[in-house]
This record gives sequence, C-alpha cells and structure tokens, in this order.
Amino acid sequence: MLVVEKNALSEEIEGYVNKYGKDRSSLMPVLQAIQRKHSYINDFAQQEVARLLDIHPVEVFSVISFYSFLHSKPTGRNIVRLCRTISCDMANKSKIVQAIERELGIKFGETTKDNRITLEFTNCIGMCDQGPAMIVNDRVYTKLDPEKAVNILNEIK
Amino acid sequence: MKTHLENSIIKTERTGPVLFSPYKKGEAIKKTVKQKREDILFEIKDSGLKGRGGAGFPTSTKWMLTAAAKADKKFIVCNADEGEPGTFKDRVLLMEYPQLVFEGMVICGYTIGAQTGIVYLRAEYEYLLEQLENYLANMRENNFLGEGILGTDFSFDISIRLGSGAYVCGEETALIESLEGHRGEPRNRPPFPVNTGYMGYPTSVNNVETLAAVPHIITKGGSWFKKFGTDRSTGSKLFSVSGDCEKPGVYELPWGTSINELLELVGARNTKAVQVGGASGICIPKSQFDRKLGYEDIPTGGSVIIFNESRNMLHVLKNFMEFFVEESCGQCTPCRIGNIKLLEGVEMIERGEFTFKYINTLKELGKTMQVASKCGLGQSSPNSFLSILENFKDEIFHTTVINGYNGKAGK
Ligand SMILES: Cc1cc2nc3c(=O)[nH]c(=O)nc-3n(C[C@H](O)[C@H](O)[C@H](O)COP(=O)(O)O)c2cc1C
Ligand code: SF4
Ligand code: FES
Repeated sequence: MLVVEKNALSEEIEGYVNKYGKDRSSLMPVLQAIQRKHSYINDFAQQEVARLLDIHPVEVFSVISFYSFLHSKPTGRNIVRLCRTISCDMANKSKIVQAIERELGIKFGETTKDNRITLEFTNCIGMCDQGPAMIVNDRVYTKLDPEKAVNILNEIK
Repeated sequence: MKTHLENSIIKTERTGPVLFSPYKKGEAIKKTVKQKREDILFEIKDSGLKGRGGAGFPTSTKWMLTAAAKADKKFIVCNADEGEPGTFKDRVLLMEYPQLVFEGMVICGYTIGAQTGIVYLRAEYEYLLEQLENYLANMRENNFLGEGILGTDFSFDISIRLGSGAYVCGEETALIESLEGHRGEPRNRPPFPVNTGYMGYPTSVNNVETLAAVPHIITKGGSWFKKFGTDRSTGSKLFSVSGDCEKPGVYELPWGTSINELLELVGARNTKAVQVGGASGICIPKSQFDRKLGYEDIPTGGSVIIFNESRNMLHVLKNFMEFFVEESCGQCTPCRIGNIKLLEGVEMIERGEFTFKYINTLKELGKTMQVASKCGLGQSSPNSFLSILENFKDEIFHTTVINGYNGKAGK
C-alpha cells in the first residue's frame, strides 16, 4: 500500500471509531463498515482497528475469521451467496449452480478473473418459501430459475 | 423505503388469532406507562407466554429475574438472528409488523427497568435495516421512544446491530459475545444473561415473535391470550412452512394444531415426512401425523419443512449434517468432532459402505453429543440424525444396500 493510501484508510477507520465509539463492543460495526466499503479487511486495516480500539491485532483477526460475512483476503467486487440449505435445495438449487458456474466459468468458492464476482454458498437466508434464493451483496433475489439467476449476475458491474 | 421483497402470503390475506389480529399503533405503550411494573408482569404471567425462539422458557419468569437483579443498568435484546433452516417468520414480523416488536421491547424495558434495547439483526436481513431505522425515528418523533416517554419519567431507546453470518450467534450467550465484539462462542451457563448479560449487566434476550405477542397481551389481557392454544401451550404460534406444498408461507395457528391439519391448510399432498423445528428439530413420519404442535408433544420454534414421497431422506439428512459441520463454533469437542463423524456416517451409507455395527456406534455418539455438548447447537444437532435413521430405516437401508445410492429419489 502507498503511504497516501494508508493515511486515507487510517483516517477512514478513525471516522468509524469516532462514530461507533472507542469500545471493544464497536469492533463489529467498525469491521462491517470497512468490509462494506472495501469488500475485505486488509492487514493494515486490521492493525489500525486494533490500535484505535486498544486491542491486540490477533484479536481482530480472530473475530474476522469467525464470521462468514467478514473477509481478511480480497474477494470479488460483488459477493453472490446462494442458499444451499434444504428448502432451496429441494427447489432445484443445483440447476442454478450449474447455470451460474457455466456462465461465469468458475466454481462456487472462486472469484472471476476480472474480480467482478465471488461465488459462495450460504446457509438458509430466511426465504425458504420462495426458493431458490440468493443474496447479491445485500440484496436478496428469490424464486430463481437458471435464466433469471444468470441475467441478474450478468447485469452487475 | 419498502424493501423489494414480497411475502408469499400478502398482508391483507393473512389472518390469525393473536399476532395477525388488528392492532392500533402505540396503544399498548400508552396503557403500559399508566400501570405499575407488577401489573404488567402479572398480565404476562397470566397469559402463560413462553419464549418463541425455540427453548420455550416462560417469558414472565425471565422478565421477573431480570427485574429483580440489582444493577444500575439493564438491557433488553431482541434476538433477530433467525437462522434455523426453514424459519422466516421473524422476517415477516420485522417487515410488516415492526410496531409489535418494538413496542414489545419498550414494554419489556419498562417492566424490567432497562433503558436500552438492542436488536441483533442477522446480516442476511440487512435489507430491512433502513426501513426499521425509519420506523424507530418515527417512534421517537411520537415520543414512544426517547427521553420521558409520553410525558412520564421512563426513558428508553432502541438501536439495531447487525450480525455477520454465523448461525450460532442466535444462541443467546453467543449473541452477547458477538455484541461485545468477540467471536460468537457460547458461554457456560450459569451465570445466565438475566444476571450477567450484555457488558455484564442483567439482560433479557427475547425472540422477535415473543416480543410481538406482548402488545396484544397488554391491550387485550392475559386471559384473552390463553383462550387460544392448550393448557401448557397458550396462545398462537407462527409457523414458517416450506417444502412440498401448494401454499408455503407464514401461518399463525393456535398451539395444539395437528400436523395433519397443518398439511391440509397449506395444500400438501403425498407427504412422506415433516421436519419440525428445522435442522435441529425432529423428522415426523406419516404414521405420526396426528401428533400435535405444542410443548406437550412437539415443541418448536416454528420451522416446518414438508417432504413428499419423491424425496430421498438420506439426502435430506446429509444436507442437515453439512449445515451443522459448517455452523459448529468448534469450541467443544463433542460438537466439533461429533458432527463431522455423523456426516461421514451419512456419506458411508450413501456409498453403501457401512456396517450396522458402526451406525449403532454413531447413534451412541449422537446421544452423547446431546448431553455432553456445551450449547444447544451440539445438543440438538444429532436430533435429525437419530430421528431420520430411525423413522426411515427401511427406505435408507433397503434402497442403499440393495440398489446402491443413485443421488436421486429414494423410492
Ligand atoms: C444454536 C442456537 C441458535 C439459536 N437461534 C435463535 C434464533 O435465531 N432466534 C431466537 O430467538 N433464538 C434462538 N436460539 C434460542 C436463544 O438461545 C434464546 O433461547 C432465545 O433467544 C430466548 O428468547 P425467547 O425466550 O423469547 O424464546 C438459538 C439457540 C441455539 C442453541
Ligand atoms: S455445542 Fe457446538 S456450537 Fe455449541 S459451544 Fe460446543 S462447539 Fe460451539
Ligand atoms: S432454505 Fe434457502 S432460504 Fe431457507
């Protein structure tokens, strides 16, 4: 990272800490804010969070590694999470998987070469009556069929 | 702003005895602040309301314990982490009945002497955040929240915190750990949150649906509430119905409704099995469809997943066990290793490579996990393993042993 980038990131994180408070209990909201903006929390950001909240960097990493929505490594600009749990599974989730993997040329768990999309499976997202369902970033799509799913992904930037 | 999502049953077509019955905004708060704490507690106790998050702990007892705890601060936490497979009733409540949930929190705050309410909203429901924040702002404008509510000396406010994608954070002590900025690893209990909760202060953790019932109980009375349901399971329950049926969605039914009645209502045909309570629940075969939903017989947080004759129950079980292997927090051995062993067992059956002796060993392991695991996740994860292998042994062992597994329907 360039020094200017580091400075900008430090300033940004300071902003979050001022907003949410300088307590340990602000850790999650601060990490979520960084994640939202940068799609992952890099090493430098982790150190800054640790410094500002006065905790050990290992603690910050250990929290990030626990939660499936927080990432310490780069992901694609958009994260697609397809529900793999039973009701969506019975609603033909595997057809959606095939169509998406074929269209993007990658498997679930991978990121497209142009860094546009990361594919992940997720557990039940509370849309079981309208499956198959997926979340793209923070937007939920339901009653997918292969064509609809692929069109949604082809449209995102 | 409204979300882009629709519910599968639209609001005007939704009917139910309690939660989906008419309610006038703010009515319960107005009534509450004119009463004494004891009167509110009495009404909740009289109603017989039990926690709707799954465990079924009496709400009045939880509130009484939190009220009695001595501390200069107390908290009420609304558990909106809804992650049990097949459950989506809390989402419907938060989307369309936020007034009930938030007013329930205000009433709880008043009763137990808390100044702060926190909603722990699962990350998967982030799209509801803006709408819920707007609703809270509106309540503040109308003085249903904030300093000196409705001209009294009672002050209370609510904030919303997001989870980050971990099923175990629905367990109340894991949820508190998460709120405090830690990994969502369940704590040893005791001490219980009612004494040592968020930041060490007495905390009442309540499910969205439990809180949503409270305003109705306050306005219409505990004795009205307990007219619905059965002796030990008073009132109504929301059921999230999915799987093989014509009309999936959220239904409000009195406790005591039988599986048969529910199947009829939702248009389920050729049903072979019903999973009640999600992945941690139990699988009920056709021969037991006359059993009733309620604490007397089948207690549940409300997830109902329907399987018709074409479904392969071993495949269903595998899906559940994969869920637990992923979601175990890994803190204690029976759950961390146990779930992996059970999943491996399912895969062995799938390949036709198993001995009955080993399957029996795994059943024993399951029973050990039920008693030796630290929290409800590991204690209940063997339930589907045990009930599916027991109730569908013909299907599972005959088809696999004789025909081999083909990854398709098990018939
Ligand atoms: C693994 C696990 C997950 C849970 N998930 C939830 C949940 O998503 N929502 C919920 O209200 N309770 C959940 N619970 C139950 C809570 O620990 C707690 O009993 C409940 O929030 C108390 O509220 P109630 O008394 O109103 O039901 C879960 C328990 C376990 C063991
Ligand atoms: S039972 Fe499972 S989820 Fe619960 S504490 Fe043990 S490892 Fe964690
Ligand atoms: S099973 Fe897919 S949303 Fe619940």
